[in-house]
Amino acid sequence: MIDWQPYANPQYFVVLLAALVPLIIGLYHGRRLHIYETLASLLFIVMMFTGTKWHEGFALIGYVVFQVALVQGYARYRQTHNGTAVFVLAVLASIAPLAVVKLTPAIAVHPSILGFLGISYLTFKSVQCVMELRDGTIKRLPALSFLRFLLFMPTISSGPIDRYRRFEADYAQVPTQAAYVEMLGRALRYLFTGFVYKYLLGYVFGTLLLPQVAHAALVRGGLSWPLVGYMYTYSMYLFFDFAGYSLFAVAISLVMGIDTPMNFNRPFLAGNIKDFWNRWHMSLSFWFRDFVFMRVTFFIMKHKLIKNRIRVSQVAYLINFLVMGFWHGVTWYYIVYGLFHAGAIIINDLWLRYKKRHKAQLPHNRWTQALAIFITFNVVCFSFLIFSGFLDQLWFSPMHH
Amino acid sequence: MAIDTTVLNILQDLTGEDFSARGDENLFDAGLLDSMDTVQLLLALQDELSINVPVSEFDRSEWETPNKIIAKVASLS
Repeated sequence: MIDWQPYANPQYFVVLLAALVPLIIGLYHGRRLHIYETLASLLFIVMMFTGTKWHEGFALIGYVVFQVALVQGYARYRQTHNGTAVFVLAVLASIAPLAVVKLTPAIAVHPSILGFLGISYLTFKSVQCVMELRDGTIKRLPALSFLRFLLFMPTISSGPIDRYRRFEADYAQVPTQAAYVEMLGRALRYLFTGFVYKYLLGYVFGTLLLPQVAHAALVRGGLSWPLVGYMYTYSMYLFFDFAGYSLFAVAISLVMGIDTPMNFNRPFLAGNIKDFWNRWHMSLSFWFRDFVFMRVTFFIMKHKLIKNRIRVSQVAYLINFLVMGFWHGVTWYYIVYGLFHAGAIIINDLWLRYKKRHKAQLPHNRWTQALAIFITFNVVCFSFLIFSGFLDQLWFSPMHH
Repeated sequence: MAIDTTVLNILQDLTGEDFSARGDENLFDAGLLDSMDTVQLLLALQDELSINVPVSEFDRSEWETPNKIIAKVASLS
């Protein structure tokens, strides 16, 4: 039996790539086989939700119908009106299903029936369309194009999060033969790297090592060396698993002639936290930058709610990362993770300003750069320890031992 | 005032540097401009040239050098 969860095992790739062969031949000859592509994509999406996951499939259908109606309704409204209240309501309505799904586990025993794998990522796409309709950068949003963007199969469950205008521009044109061959070459390289990341390194860190250090840390309890080991092992697992997954999603997109943005750019070589967020889960952090951080700062400054520019950025960082924390889930450790990164980036900004003022006195060479990378790496790994939820298990769960 | 001098003045206010002879310098790569500065830039364009640039219009690759900013602003005004 093959596992139909996206990129779950090597067999999936064989079936997927075989299904994409007609598309590849078409694109190579300068044609996009729209109907075949739609049918193949839908087939793979349906297979994701077969078996015990059928109820998630129905949740997905309900969700998509709701979002299409909402976004289409707002697009029609926006052609003649531009009320702020309607815009705010549209954004809230668009987020509502995700909010219900995220809040339900915090107050009830059972997960919400509205939930399905990928709901967060679809919500990012939908909210983005509402905001760009408001701004007038998306003027027309045909229902079919919106659906194609929302349900783009390679990225449906975990991103990377594309942007509507970028995606639509890619889709509207067929790459030249030379460009497509280059894309296939990149796809092949990403697939290979993805295999090494997810199935080799992710497996070593996540499946072989992690349970052992977890067990040792739980036996010792409190602060211990195995806990430190857990922190680094989990961080490595998180990166290789997710970066591998993202490479697969980008590779399959490329095969389908769509240049989905990359998600990671050597994040552990970041020289500070700001730099880290420009390299880690980039499609998410850029989404937050463009649709949360910049809008919050724009709003505060335009209405002169806070005079001091530095204070504005600090408040915006706090809101930005708190929202990101809540998005991960309504548990103390995700929220603390958000607050931790907000704090880290605020301190980072203070330091950058100090550095600017004292340029002459501060040394700057490869040793200080190496030190910066070392400090950033450890701060980040510590944040992932919070994020992992392991501390919750260690401190608050009576189950262990 | 002409668009280019206004843009250069705004950039000088934000970064403390004069870009009149450095029109093709990448402001983001060099770390001279960050998200906060770009919001201030958009607000300043609104105040001084009364052109409305929504945040969604701000695609970094189209706004990364002083010359690109001037061209973009000219196209929007």
